[in-house]
Amino acid sequence: MSDASGAPVGDSHWPLWEVFTQENQGQPFEHAGSVHATDAEHALQNARDVYARRGEAVNLWVVPSTAITASAPSDAGPFFDPGNDKAYRHPQFYIAPRGIRIF
Amino acid sequence: MAESEELGIAAGEAQAGVRAVAGTSRGPVLGPPMVEYLLRLGDDRLILGHRLSEWCGHGPILEEDIALSNMALDLIGQAASLLRLAGEAEGTGRDEDALAYWRDGVQFRNALLMELPNGDFGFTIVRQFLVSAHSVFLWEALLAAPHAGLAGVAAKAIKEAKYHLRHTSEWVVRLGDGTPESHGRVQRALDDCWRYTGELFAQDEIDTAVAALSFTVDMAAIRSRWDQVVDDVLQRATLTRPADAAMRRGGRVGRHTEHLGHLLSVMQIVARSHPGATW
Repeated sequence: MSDASGAPVGDSHWPLWEVFTQENQGQPFEHAGSVHATDAEHALQNARDVYARRGEAVNLWVVPSTAITASAPSDAGPFFDPGNDKAYRHPQFYIAPRGIRIF
Repeated sequence: MAESEELGIAAGEAQAGVRAVAGTSRGPVLGPPMVEYLLRLGDDRLILGHRLSEWCGHGPILEEDIALSNMALDLIGQAASLLRLAGEAEGTGRDEDALAYWRDGVQFRNALLMELPNGDFGFTIVRQFLVSAHSVFLWEALLAAPHAGLAGVAAKAIKEAKYHLRHTSEWVVRLGDGTPESHGRVQRALDDCWRYTGELFAQDEIDTAVAALSFTVDMAAIRSRWDQVVDDVLQRATLTRPADAAMRRGGRVGRHTEHLGHLLSVMQIVARSHPGATW
């Protein structure tokens, strides 16, 4: 059995929700932390009280933590290492023709 | 004792050279109407804010502990602005701190509902819900008050009150429509609070005098909108609206329950133990 956020019922804690805040209009939402709450509206209010009470946000997202699929620490090798040891993956590897602005 | 009770507001009134509006030989002595009006608004928020602050560190969960403390800070902030205005209207040099920490119980003008002990979480939430709904409509009316200071406070406070109403409405619904235990507790809290709600809408000679001086607030209109919000939330919460019976009142003229003195002794002890201290 599970509740609205998909977390198992019977846990002594309310389900966990991840909170994302947007500092200004047009900026990306950033992960701020998490709150416990019984449902989405409740999570939004708790997120407001915990993470936006000092003017840190103009918008909030709350997402059931169970809805997030995360990579595991054991994935680190296969997932991320290959990106580091091949210099030719990076544009800086290539010699730019004279006259081209290099960032 | 009777003499010292009449100091404070009465003394300020004498220095301001304004006639008291009310005060028979044995009745309460009230100050100039605008001072009294601002004290009523300010003291409601100061006392209720203090009650909420008592939850700090005792909330049912961390998130709600912070929510209750946030609301307490909102209310105490509003109280500071309103008491500052009251001090200015009084004109005897008392600021918001002097009014908060150096008046005695009989000089406080908050409605009785504000000073009642917190009870359980259900009682605290029900009271906050009933008061927040009242505040939203009151501030809405005061936005247009021809009193720059008060209209300014209203513009800021209405946003806070709207959030308090949203937060507490959701809780009333969850508790009322929750378990038999939570339903029973929150219905009992509603029944206990109800007899104190009449005072929120009562008007007396202070309101009449303020109307003659400056502005009128249509309390009947506020009451009917309050009724709508309360009925809607109670229905969603599967709670029964108590019947309107005899209403308790007295706070507006300084006749309080025994609970206010205990609250003030905690709230005022630091300021009175270290007069003039700053931190």
